[in-house]
Amino acid sequence: MHIVVCTKQTPDSAAKLAVDDAGHVSWGDSPIVINPWDEYAVEEALLLKDRIDGDVQVVVISMGPEEALEALKHAIAMGCDRAIRIWDEAFAGSDTLATSYVLARAIEKIGDVGMVLFGKSAIDSQTGQVAVAVARRLGFSPLTNVIKIAEIDGASMTAERLLEEGRQVVQAPLPAVVGTTKGINEPRYPSFMGIRKATRAEYPLWTAGDIGAAADKVGAAGSGVRWERIFAPPAREGSAEIVAADTVEESARILVDKLLAEKVI
Amino acid sequence: MDLTAEQEMVVRMVRDFAEKEVAPVIKEYDRQHKVNREALQRMAELGLLGVCLPVRYGGQGMDYVTLGLVCEELERVDSSLRVVMSVHVGLNCLGLLQWASEEQKERFLVPQARGERLATYGLTEPGAGSDPAAIAATARREGDVYYLNGEKMWISLADVADQFLIFAKTDPHLDPPWRGISAFLVQREMAGVTTGDIHGKLGVRAGSTGWISMDEVAVPAANRIGGEGEGFKIAMSCLDNGRYTVGAGATGLIRACLEASVKYALERRTFGVEIGQHQLIQQMIAHMKRDYEIARLLYLRAGWLKNQGVRNTQQTSLCKWFATEASFRAASDAVQVHGSYGYSDEYDVERYLRNAKGACIYEGSSQIHQLLQAGYALGYRDDRPLRCELPAYDAALWQEE
Repeated sequence: MHIVVCTKQTPDSAAKLAVDDAGHVSWGDSPIVINPWDEYAVEEALLLKDRIDGDVQVVVISMGPEEALEALKHAIAMGCDRAIRIWDEAFAGSDTLATSYVLARAIEKIGDVGMVLFGKSAIDSQTGQVAVAVARRLGFSPLTNVIKIAEIDGASMTAERLLEEGRQVVQAPLPAVVGTTKGINEPRYPSFMGIRKATRAEYPLWTAGDIGAAADKVGAAGSGVRWERIFAPPAREGSAEIVAADTVEESARILVDKLLAEKVI
Repeated sequence: MDLTAEQEMVVRMVRDFAEKEVAPVIKEYDRQHKVNREALQRMAELGLLGVCLPVRYGGQGMDYVTLGLVCEELERVDSSLRVVMSVHVGLNCLGLLQWASEEQKERFLVPQARGERLATYGLTEPGAGSDPAAIAATARREGDVYYLNGEKMWISLADVADQFLIFAKTDPHLDPPWRGISAFLVQREMAGVTTGDIHGKLGVRAGSTGWISMDEVAVPAANRIGGEGEGFKIAMSCLDNGRYTVGAGATGLIRACLEASVKYALERRTFGVEIGQHQLIQQMIAHMKRDYEIARLLYLRAGWLKNQGVRNTQQTSLCKWFATEASFRAASDAVQVHGSYGYSDEYDVERYLRNAKGACIYEGSSQIHQLLQAGYALGYRDDRPLRCELPAYDAALWQEE
């Protein structure tokens, strides 16, 4: 059985993003890293591999230009068995709809997939839509915000989903698409052995032709979203006020009154 | 000078570890003068304690440059982490790699490289620092056993380590005195070994620095590293590697000062502008930037020479001298940039300043390094070949299972 992890490369979370007048987004010389949320997905896949009996292979995939290799290398260094980069000039400009199509085609090509794991969203675009869209396209059970995979066998799984109201326990048949969330595990650091493996591994490239992608379903042609304008939101204006009083109790009372007046609480 | 893809990934891994697991708690450990044993354990689990040792000796098979890179990343967060690398890897493990017999490597180096046994180095004594030939510890041979007596002082990890590379005089009356020194691998469990921590240090308060006392410690002759009387040469060649880690670490400390100062200079405002706009603040930041780049090039060169198997006593000494002095200046300036806030432990820079001073004293004080550099320049010093040289890095050999 294959467990597929979908990853994406993003600027480092410490990067300072800038948008110029033409709408181009840049992040200076900040490094490109694996999307931090995806590390939870990779870790969960590696943990599942140890939990499931039989021959399980963890395959990490990423749709993206050459920078996507960074995400794939990181996943291999953590312990994934193999990595595939999916890219074609025709994929440029894909929105979540077109991206989900490309990923679904690639997952079909990998074959014998029991589970597809995603991070909860990418820290750059933050849509969180791709996991669900891939599940829909493949007809897999979609489970998002998963905080725990309680049970799993070859045919079904029980998971806990983290909702605003609390935790929801759900059962689903496999194959499933699982959107992991922070707290599901503690991602491991790459090991030295893994780092060596990652720098020597083969990273095959699958193009539109390799996955049999239709030209009208990828890139700008296959996308439903148009970017009218990209701009940086205005800087937040704020001011600070020190609550001064003779006693801590008095300060707390003044603070609470202010918070109530401002309708913060 | 480009790093390899492997080195880049190691740098990122160590940075992540130090930022995520140590940076959030280091201030509290430093305040309480407490060793962060969990961080030590994690460093062992991550393989850092055997980073540049061959896989067949329990190490991770990386090169000597990577050791420097790891030290830079660790000391960027706290000196106490780098100190572990200096004594465990630089002064002890690499000394064993260079001088120990194959059988000794199996017994002593393998568990150290795996991080199962923590190691340190005992040369300095209460009465002998810059003049190590004057050590008073003795090793009296009776049959196949040496009886060690004496006290070692200012030893990092003295109270934490399991194995000590100890220097003692097998012949206290030889002239010159350095010829009478021999090296021994002493283990904590040996009867007569006691250790303790020194309290009241200016810096590296989250690190253990202490003393080792030996009272008739019976050490098997099989634990003698190198030949009898070869100890001084062993001690000095260990310092070539310890000083390298100290220099690379100090480079990380300069970077920490630079990063903290840049951040603060862009936030803090005086006279209607952020203080980064003031030329005298810019001057301090420019010095930090310059010294960071110089120190980094100096340690990368020393690491490169080690990789090639070329003797690097002079280059390593220069790197250590420059980087540690520059880190002290950078830390002092970083406090200055932060103004009053830098003077309190609300910000990290006061810790950087306290931590920076130690490295200007240990592993060859700045004055000793100046004498060395002048000695080389004037032709008074040259490095003669050693019976055992630090082996050149050979990736295939290092990574062989």
